Amino acid sequence: MTLPMGRAMREVFGETVSELANQDQRIVMLDGDLGSSTRGEIFQRAHVDRYFQMGIAEQNMLGVAAGMASVGLIPYISTFVAFAVIRPLDQIRVLIAQPRLNVKITAGYAGLFTGRAGKTHQVVDDISIMRAMPNMVTLSPADDTETAEVLRWSATYQGPVYVRLVRDATQHLFDSGYTFQFGAAVALRDGSDVTLISTGAQTPRVVDAAETLAARGFQAGVLHVPTIKPLDVQAIVQAAERSNLVVTIEEHTVIGGLGGAIAETLSEHRPTRLFRIGLADVFGQSASNDDLLEAYGLSANRVADRISALMTSGPGRSGPAQPISTEERER
Amino acid sequence: MVIQGEAVGDDVARLEEVARRIRIEIVRTVHKTGVGHMGGSLSEADLLTALYFRELKVRPEEPDWADRDRFVLSKGHASVGLYATLAVRGYFPVAELLTFDSLGSRLQGHPDMTRLPGLDMSTGSLGLGISAAVGIALGSRTLGRTNRTYALLGDGECQEGSVWEAAFVAARYGLDQLVAIVDHNRLQQYGWQGDTPEHRLPPEAPGELRDKWSAFGWRVIEIDGHHMASILDALSQARSAQGRPVAIIATTVKGKGVSFAEGRYEWHVRVPNADEYALAMRELGETVRAGQEVRS
Repeated sequence: MTLPMGRAMREVFGETVSELANQDQRIVMLDGDLGSSTRGEIFQRAHVDRYFQMGIAEQNMLGVAAGMASVGLIPYISTFVAFAVIRPLDQIRVLIAQPRLNVKITAGYAGLFTGRAGKTHQVVDDISIMRAMPNMVTLSPADDTETAEVLRWSATYQGPVYVRLVRDATQHLFDSGYTFQFGAAVALRDGSDVTLISTGAQTPRVVDAAETLAARGFQAGVLHVPTIKPLDVQAIVQAAERSNLVVTIEEHTVIGGLGGAIAETLSEHRPTRLFRIGLADVFGQSASNDDLLEAYGLSANRVADRISALMTSGPGRSGPAQPISTEERER
Repeated sequence: MVIQGEAVGDDVARLEEVARRIRIEIVRTVHKTGVGHMGGSLSEADLLTALYFRELKVRPEEPDWADRDRFVLSKGHASVGLYATLAVRGYFPVAELLTFDSLGSRLQGHPDMTRLPGLDMSTGSLGLGISAAVGIALGSRTLGRTNRTYALLGDGECQEGSVWEAAFVAARYGLDQLVAIVDHNRLQQYGWQGDTPEHRLPPEAPGELRDKWSAFGWRVIEIDGHHMASILDALSQARSAQGRPVAIIATTVKGKGVSFAEGRYEWHVRVPNADEYALAMRELGETVRAGQEVRS
């Protein structure tokens, strides 16, 4: 049994920010000529006087956002991760993060799903970059419900927030009663053989993988981490204590992202055997979403197979095990 | 004698006296603290004087006043010039200038709005501040405010591509309450070599900045950036702009007011030694004696 498909995060983004702007006159949207892709167009239709086309000039756009925030507005950014984070990184660092200005960097097209755009648009290191930046809250919601919750919360928080959003429809995980709690990880499943820790739209695939593992006789706990920074250290340590084996899974490089954050945390607070699944220090490529998930080992079946292999071969408690996260390098 | 903390208005002679005082504080701060970008701070001193002692509607005693005019030092490395201006204007005690760039100081090497009230934006990386100024102007207009926004850029800074992204967007939105002033001191930190290693070429050819800002849809006013009456006149003209932002290209001299620093690229960031300091103070009309200083 697999989780059903939900609505695309970008649709939820356009609708939710638009709804927030109904209640808060300070909310504006700055668009880098991609409103028709990010669904910023929904906001423009509802609030044309507070939607600002910034053109294909993203460095300036993030700087304008800082200036607007400094006079009391709450800018939401409409563009892809590549152009919301990577291109204007110095503007984010100097004008937004260090002065703690109230800008919401709500970036679409995170991870591998970029409408087959490929390596330029697939940013695989944004979590690493943004969580390393002082003052930057880093959020990665799992599905449509949580995306709406995260966006609603972001408007209540005074300061810079990075929200990582996926282009296409992803699996639906949370019911409408779900409430996002800033800084809290969400325990989705109990299991003492292995603890799976995931974030973003990878989490529903990990939940499905845990079902498959259960059918194979492995009880996997699943912890979802929507708030990458600040990290829920207590929940992570507790999750590790339950199984003594932790695997992180993310649609992102294994270097410095969720896996890096968990490794840092457990190394300091509760040294635990850890494996990281994700992009193994490689760039993406253009292909269908399903093909990409298979190729990079992130589909539910591939995750289940990789963890099964890990459990069967037994990493042991001593000696170096082959880190499965690097197997993609040879593909 | 200037009374610290007061706006001066249109009195050119008094503004020139304020500018002299600001230059003294710039040189003193750089010499005493051993750090700071003196050349660009001296070239911008007259422009900052005109802004803070005549043009800007600000309240030093209430630096967060919501309806104040905004100022962004996009050429953030020339922070000493801004700090000296703010101190003389009464935002904080002049003596605090000697904390410049030291641990815990509100006067960071590059402006930090989270530390010092009166700074409207944090800057430092070139090419960033003008974008923030565009956002301030556009945001203020969106909020229905009538305040004006000013940004000061370096001519070397205009090599940054993001400056032109900002210029394009500001014109596209017809931000006539926005003024960009370019401190055209015709030298950057190192620049291109001319006939000799000591001869550094200007960041742009004569007229190039006028043509570029004009091509981007801005109304351009060219002035001598050390001629106080011209600066005041340009700022007045800018106030009457309709439908497009204004760029004031102010031709200046790097190190202005200190003979050995004028027009010398090395003084972009260099600290005067004791002899140079004494000479600079004499030239600026300030008497320096061993162990103490007596103000003229």
